[in-house]
Amino acid sequence: MTTVKMRRTFAKVGVVSGLVVGGLFAGLPVLWLLSTSFKNNGEVFQNPPQLITEGFSFDAYRAILGDGAQLRFFLNSYIVAIAVTILTLLVAILAGYAFSRFTFPFKKTINAVIVSVQAVPPITLVIPYFGLIVALGLYDTYLGLILTHMVFTLPYAIIMITAYLNTLPRELDESVKVDGGSGWTALWRILVPTAVPGLIAVGVYTFMISWNEYLFALTLTRTDEMRTVPIGIQLLMGQHSYEWNQMMAMSVLGSIPVLLLFLFFQRRFIGGLTAGAVKA
Amino acid sequence: MTLTAPETSTRAAPAVPGRSRSTLTRRLVPYGYLSPTVLLIVVLMVVPIVMVIGYSFRDNVIVQENSVFAGFANYTKVLTDPSFLSALKNTAIFISVSTAAHLVLGLAFAMMLNSPLLGGVTKAIFRIVYILPWLFTIAVIAVIWRLLLDPAGVVNHVLQTLGLIEQGVNWFSDPSMALWAVSFVNIWAGYPFFMISLLAALQGIPGDLYEAAAVDGTNWFQRFVHVTLPQLRPVIISMAVLDLIWTSHQFALIWMTTGGGPLNSTEMLSTFTYKQAFSEYEFATASAAAVIVLLLTMVLAFFYVRSQRER
Repeated sequence: MTTVKMRRTFAKVGVVSGLVVGGLFAGLPVLWLLSTSFKNNGEVFQNPPQLITEGFSFDAYRAILGDGAQLRFFLNSYIVAIAVTILTLLVAILAGYAFSRFTFPFKKTINAVIVSVQAVPPITLVIPYFGLIVALGLYDTYLGLILTHMVFTLPYAIIMITAYLNTLPRELDESVKVDGGSGWTALWRILVPTAVPGLIAVGVYTFMISWNEYLFALTLTRTDEMRTVPIGIQLLMGQHSYEWNQMMAMSVLGSIPVLLLFLFFQRRFIGGLTAGAVKA
Repeated sequence: MTLTAPETSTRAAPAVPGRSRSTLTRRLVPYGYLSPTVLLIVVLMVVPIVMVIGYSFRDNVIVQENSVFAGFANYTKVLTDPSFLSALKNTAIFISVSTAAHLVLGLAFAMMLNSPLLGGVTKAIFRIVYILPWLFTIAVIAVIWRLLLDPAGVVNHVLQTLGLIEQGVNWFSDPSMALWAVSFVNIWAGYPFFMISLLAALQGIPGDLYEAAAVDGTNWFQRFVHVTLPQLRPVIISMAVLDLIWTSHQFALIWMTTGGGPLNSTEMLSTFTYKQAFSEYEFATASAAAVIVLLLTMVLAFFYVRSQRER
């Protein structure tokens, strides 16, 4: 009895110390990001390093939030990411409904194309996009960014929504059709409201991809009026390469939307994500 | 393309009462629902790929109007370029080291988080901490690690205090260190996705498999090798192939930490291609490189699809 107990205690100590070491690996860089954003710039590389310094202040945040150019990057990121999320959900709901409730010629082919689109390297597309987006008059516009982001958010969204709709019984749509409603009514009145948990997971993931996108934002926009937060952080690195506290403050501010979305929808998000990843 | 025709004809179809619809219209309904997707994928995926393949066989594309057919000249140029070959080698090292480490860390963390010895609250807190790196955009991750790995930064300070190094190492500017430094940062940034998927898969393993193994008097390690690993195998294989593909797409992290330098030591296929296009304005050469990257990815994608079929 006692040996079993002792072995359990040993095992527990082992697991907890493993978790703490891993937690430091994962968490310390983030803590340092936060700590540096409150320092005054002269203290960033002080020796020995300190987590909370004498010059602790919100000055770096004030500098970022008081700068219209930086705020514009945030506005742009919000506009693009929210538009991408809404449009991706709309288009993916329609496609997911087709895949989940109909059989039709070329279904497998179209599905295979959508799955394989996920593997196409963005760097392969960025060269023709440069020509195409200019030709379409979408260079340096929100629409150019929104459409190119959707190419990468849509496949995953369709796969996840199709999988989710497949779990909803067909009797749900049939009941609407018996009452004389069409498939269209069944989709929007019954299926979409029932699928809200799955749609939230897809929406959060879509927002994350768009908010974080870098390569297209770098190549398909030219002016500060259109640039997004990731490019803004990079520009800050080039302009005043020594204002580390401001770079960190901007990074913290730029991470808040995704962090909040994740914390708020954690359970649904992880559930939906893994369901999609395992079945994809 | 049989898919483009039904777009307009079915747009109004769902609103029309069922009995007045012809069989043909009804057959076209699913294509109607798919038309926005198909339109987007054709315009922003199929057309661009055709365009880039076209560019790769021509010369003076995009920047000049009178482009001429060049045959395989661009491909010969790229494939004999020493910096392309070193980019190929660096990419191979970068993606295999990253994926292997993502797998090991992801599995180790997932198993600790799944341990029956811990309470729910402890697990929930650690789970959030472990997912943290994944919630930051690459631009932020690049900035964090440039700060941490600065010659005067906190990582060097700790290593010096421990006596592991004599003086501050400039991790991103030392040609012998830079590739390992960017790989390390990418490992930090990418393991959580593996961890989340493996955690879900671990929770899906039936408990009676472990009970049966315990009755047979097996120890922890034997259960890991004979129960856990075989059960996780399908998820591990498809995640690993996906990760190889995604890591090979990595551009922002390299671009914002080393820019491919020093001395091409961290040049990847993505940064090589980008530089050819947007720094050298050699769009034809860049297109040839982009097509080669696409072909290499297709090989990986083929293995991914096959691993999916086997399940």
